[in-house]
Amino acid sequence: MADYRIALAGNPNTGKSTLFNALTGLRQHTGNWPGKTVIHAEGEYDFDGDTYTVIDLPGTYSLYSNSADEEVARDYIIFEKPDVTVVVLDATALERNMNLALQVLEMTGKVILCLNLMDEAERKGIRVDVDALAAKLGVPVVPTTARDGVGLKDLQKTIQRMVRGEIITRPLQVRYNEEIEKNVAAMEPSIRSIYGEKLPARWVALRLLDGDDSLLKALKERWLERKEVPVHGRGA
Amino acid sequence: MGESTAIPLAEAKPGQFFRIHRLSLDGTMRRRLLDLGFIPGAEVKVLQKSPLGDPMAFLVANTTIALRKEESAQIYGEIIGERGDHHG
Repeated sequence: MADYRIALAGNPNTGKSTLFNALTGLRQHTGNWPGKTVIHAEGEYDFDGDTYTVIDLPGTYSLYSNSADEEVARDYIIFEKPDVTVVVLDATALERNMNLALQVLEMTGKVILCLNLMDEAERKGIRVDVDALAAKLGVPVVPTTARDGVGLKDLQKTIQRMVRGEIITRPLQVRYNEEIEKNVAAMEPSIRSIYGEKLPARWVALRLLDGDDSLLKALKERWLERKEVPVHGRGA
Repeated sequence: MGESTAIPLAEAKPGQFFRIHRLSLDGTMRRRLLDLGFIPGAEVKVLQKSPLGDPMAFLVANTTIALRKEESAQIYGEIIGERGDHHG
């Protein structure tokens, strides 16, 4: 019996909280994220003898506009490293939802895309080629209608296979223009020498090139703090 | 891209379709607008103006978004059609 952490990310109005409720039922607690006026909702479910803790991240269109909601979601994915990040997508508005999905794919490969609101998409005559989407993005895509419980077992099974290491992902990495790629390549080695495998070097380089002060601040807080703490067997 | 004829989105009228050429803002607000779907090349429909003309409501990437003039005046592009003569 093991305990895994699953983060739910997604745009507002994608049915993310409906999915959260459907997965965890009454086994939930809510509070605030430390030091923020952002709601923190966490719940659990059991599947095949393992316990999964689900963290419902704030609904956001992005992780880079630096509102408190977006910082909470970004920091959780990048620093707390959940075993799986499920990005919940509105199947009726994929274009809009892909922004956040691609951002998460730049941060981690442990991603499952949950294509929710499939019933609404069907009603609107929208057909999504799930296999083509999964092949293109390099991560599993699971269609669901969370409000009717459709697809939840598939999602749980896919999560289980991912935490067990049975799924190899190749997350799509956006290629930028030559100048940006040259700078990323120049920065990556020194970023790796500081953070090792703890943070994705390419992602950190891209954020720094974008002048992301909020991330710099978060990095300073977390890394300077940890370096001053004497080592008690647990690495920083 | 007809840069000389580009007009600010704030000058488009309700019912008109507008194609974005560029955003003349920087920093967090630029990022925010890009995240909301105000991307060069994107098509925006002007939905309505409030009585005093500010803010205005737009349909972008299937979602209704209201912007203050402060922002919509810095999004440049061209009008590509009116209500009715557009097939999107």
